[in-house]
Amino acid sequence: MKKILSIAVFLVLAGLNALAQVGEPYIHDPSTITECDGKYYTFGTGAGGLISADGWVWESGAVRHGGCAAPDVIKIGDRYLVGYTTSGGGLGGNHDSRVVTMWNRTLDPTSPDFAYTEPVEVARSEPDEDCDAIDIGFIMTPDGRLFCTYGTYFGNIRIIELDPATGGRLPGSRPADIAIDCEATKMIYRDGWYYLMGTHGTCCDGVNSTYNIVVGRSRCVTGPFLDNMGRDMLRGGGRMLIAAEERRFGAGHFGQIIECEGVEKMSLHFESDLDRSGRSVLAIRPLLWRDGWPEAGEPLQDGNYKILSRRRGYALELTVDFVRSDPGMMPFWIRQDEPAVALGAQKLEDVIGGWPSGEIPVRLSDYMARPHQKWTIEAVPGAGGYLGGPYFRIVTEGTGRALAAAPGARLETVPEFTGADRELWRIEQLVDGTYRILPKEIPGQAGNNDACAGAMCLISVADSTPGLGVFDFNSDNCKWDLKRH
Amino acid sequence: MKRLTLILAAVLLCAGLSAQSWSDSSTDLHKYMVPAAPGAASPDRDGFIGRWLLLDPISKPNRTNTVFTDSYIRETFGQTYFKGQLGDVLPKDGSKVKKTKLRWHAMDSKLFNVKLFRFATNLAPEHYGVIFWAATVINCEEEIPDVRLFAGSNSASMWWVNGEEALIMSGDRRMVMDDCASERLTLRKGRNVIWCAVINGPGMSDFCARFLDRGGNPVRNFTITVQ
Repeated sequence: MKKILSIAVFLVLAGLNALAQVGEPYIHDPSTITECDGKYYTFGTGAGGLISADGWVWESGAVRHGGCAAPDVIKIGDRYLVGYTTSGGGLGGNHDSRVVTMWNRTLDPTSPDFAYTEPVEVARSEPDEDCDAIDIGFIMTPDGRLFCTYGTYFGNIRIIELDPATGGRLPGSRPADIAIDCEATKMIYRDGWYYLMGTHGTCCDGVNSTYNIVVGRSRCVTGPFLDNMGRDMLRGGGRMLIAAEERRFGAGHFGQIIECEGVEKMSLHFESDLDRSGRSVLAIRPLLWRDGWPEAGEPLQDGNYKILSRRRGYALELTVDFVRSDPGMMPFWIRQDEPAVALGAQKLEDVIGGWPSGEIPVRLSDYMARPHQKWTIEAVPGAGGYLGGPYFRIVTEGTGRALAAAPGARLETVPEFTGADRELWRIEQLVDGTYRILPKEIPGQAGNNDACAGAMCLISVADSTPGLGVFDFNSDNCKWDLKRH
Repeated sequence: MKRLTLILAAVLLCAGLSAQSWSDSSTDLHKYMVPAAPGAASPDRDGFIGRWLLLDPISKPNRTNTVFTDSYIRETFGQTYFKGQLGDVLPKDGSKVKKTKLRWHAMDSKLFNVKLFRFATNLAPEHYGVIFWAATVINCEEEIPDVRLFAGSNSASMWWVNGEEALIMSGDRRMVMDDCASERLTLRKGRNVIWCAVINGPGMSDFCARFLDRGGNPVRNFTITVQ
């Protein structure tokens, strides 16, 4: 019984590892995740926030002055501009609120440089006007202009221009209405479009919170922001970006993180995580782009996969003899009168005896649903991770034989997974929905392989030859499809 | 030079697109709606119906909008609040409900939607935890078949066309243009009476409604009255 319980606990934890940040990722209204001196930071409603050394394991400890609601952060030059709101949201009984900004040279509260400047007011709402000045979101335009959006369901979402040098409101800047019936707006820019993300649905209702993030886009920073049906967000428009997952509810407070070309992620909170007592948690998901619209990627889940190159579509496989399956070919030119029956596929036990016992190299070939082409990808508990994901092991299905990076930027499989860094894999969904697969460490190469641009990843050296090479988003040699089987 | 051209094009494009909606902190009723003008009204260029007979809000306290299930709003709107409810004859502008003394107001919205919340904050003692009733008359010179009523509301609402239930919109809703559509229906020649009830707990309340034809085009060939 105890063993069964242990297995159950392990399975729950394994599930946690694949789908949610680990550690103590408890937060509400997270600001855009921001990197500072090698660590990641996000602030929430209240005075505190979270810190992570790797982007996967999060703990409390970030410090923001001012308390109250829904901050955002943007790095400008070598400083960090932090915005938050002093009241509003009905917190003080009405919608009288102030949006303020302040600077800090670092987000690391242990740094001697850590000191917030005095907050300055950049926007406000009166107790009963059609605006509720909370939920600030910054955007820096490509030409270096700084804006912020703010507002809630109580009236309009507004935008004003700020002075990027002072963080204060640009003299003469006048608030403009850009959306209605949203909360937690955040604007981003991509390929000539401004995208306005807003949160719809019911806030702050735990597992029944229907919070969801929608998006509209405009050629201009001040709108009009239209959804995919051409509806203006000033008329309630918005295309769904992300809503509830199977065990997490209340998706809100979008933030974008561009790690390098082709690798984008979004931060948000789920107001209730069933695997964590229903608490509000930080989430990080791949951010994909299709036909000019953002879409939420799925966190990679433990399971059995075929790993297919985008170069040719060949499958990653062990370099072992191809073993023919019975019954071979049924003569199609002879009439078959017997009823058709289902035949078994080739099994691991049919072929594994013929495999070498030591290291086996890998290659690429057309997929034939054979055991040497089937892989199990599983998060490795306790191995840490990277922004939004844990390190995985990639083993031949039904065995402990693990894919590993080898000296000379080669690939091989080792008979049993040991947990060594060269057997740990960072698997990230790219903006086009494909994946890149990076070893944590390559023997003979100094340091961990944890950069984004310039990182070494699984590549197609040739149609049939895999290897390790520098990631290039613009090359199909660096991209893989992971399909469950 | 090419880059300069692109920048100039973008600036001109933005300038062209920006029918800028500058913020305005006033909340006076005339910013949102005015008493109905004499004569019949027309739908706006997008087909939205702006003339409505609005009843002062009925108190119905709810601390949250999450209680507005289908059965809850059907039961709530199924109660009788005034004589002639859902009937073919509309109450007169300025008349009062006998028991509650709530008053009917014939109004022309200045927006595509009807800002019930501001109607309430300007004219009534209560604006949260309330039910709004609205009615209007669509006058058609000829029968208009094969149309749908498209509506959005904050929060939940029900809609009736010529005495038949046309839409029910449950839950903690935000007002979204064309959020829900009725089954295909026929606007008959002459008078067509539309009733709408909206319930809201905390937060703002409003609705919008229009008819679209089979091709998704706004139906505009009718007049709007509240008699």
